Amino acid sequence: MWTPAEIRTHLVDMGVTHVTGVPDSTFGPWFDELRTSSEIRLVPVCREGEAWGVAAGLHLGGAIPLVLIQCTGLFESGDALRNMLYDLGLPLYAIIGYRNYLNRAAASDSTLRFTEPILQAWAIDYVLIESPDQIGRLKDHHRNSRRDAVPGVALVAEGRG
Amino acid sequence: MPKARAQAPIHLVQALDVLSEVRENAVVVTSMGSAREWVRRFDPHPFDFVHVPSSMGQTPAIGLGIALAQPARRVITCVGDGSLLMNLGCLATIAAAKPENFVLIVFDNGAYEVTGGQPTPVAGGALQFDFAMTARAAGFVEVESLDNLADWRDQASQLIHLPGPVCLVLRVQANPSAGPVDRLPPAGERARAFAAALQGDDAPRHPPDSSQSPEPGT
Repeated sequence: MWTPAEIRTHLVDMGVTHVTGVPDSTFGPWFDELRTSSEIRLVPVCREGEAWGVAAGLHLGGAIPLVLIQCTGLFESGDALRNMLYDLGLPLYAIIGYRNYLNRAAASDSTLRFTEPILQAWAIDYVLIESPDQIGRLKDHHRNSRRDAVPGVALVAEGRG
Repeated sequence: MPKARAQAPIHLVQALDVLSEVRENAVVVTSMGSAREWVRRFDPHPFDFVHVPSSMGQTPAIGLGIALAQPARRVITCVGDGSLLMNLGCLATIAAAKPENFVLIVFDNGAYEVTGGQPTPVAGGALQFDFAMTARAAGFVEVESLDNLADWRDQASQLIHLPGPVCLVLRVQANPSAGPVDRLPPAGERARAFAAALQGDDAPRHPPDSSQSPEPGT
């Protein structure tokens, strides 16, 4: 997917002020890049559910947060996500790593079975990003999410392809 | 059955009365029992965020986010011991983020008050979980544990204004017959009003923090 420098540039373009989440193998180098960014504040959390609470507080305070987690963290996030998006009605946006999506023909990873049905069950509008050249699609989706004040997710394909 | 803990001398409502007197213009985030008493006792303040309905354990994360977005404001987040136990990792998250304007008040009554006063897994018996020690080990800059009202009255104003992150652990009595939180306007409406109040002010918001530690944290 994108290089660390590329994703930082893209997130700055999108107006993101804070990134909160837990790294996975794909996002680890992105976290390293963001940790030293002067434009975006990285707020690492200990468990993915926390990221939604941190993002909620940032949003209430006027920042533009982004949750960055793997799909396994989406599974962990259930009650926090429900509360922030639906009780408090906050239009939070997340980039979620779709583990092994690019290896799906050979992989027996159960995350492939559950990730999209769970996003659908939570009624979250999401866009699947399968290659780096689809960055425009992600940016459009994020822009529309902010314009319409609704939650959104960019599901970013992971794996070797 | 765990043994009942000795009655703590502070009533939650008395502790909240003191907080209300010293908060000045700070943001106060409440949840569960503290939310119930806060909305019963005090007129709404534009910088109150009553986290009801909640996702138990997530209130400190919300307070952290507010504190990072509004660094010029003091943010006081109230949480019960049962809620904090659901997300103890938040202590490490908060300490790592180093918000100087953040105060966590833990109301430790040893019980799940809202569900009828059942003891938490660490209440009573030989094990007495020490939230203050845990916060200190996590890296909170200022940690204080108080178990009587006179000390809280004397020190509250000073403690909540120390450079943080600050963690104050108050031993309070459980009151399982206090009932649920009174009916409130919809949470979404209250969240929007709170955000408008915070953002309508001239307080500086979410500056990038160039002092972040370069070493990996997770």
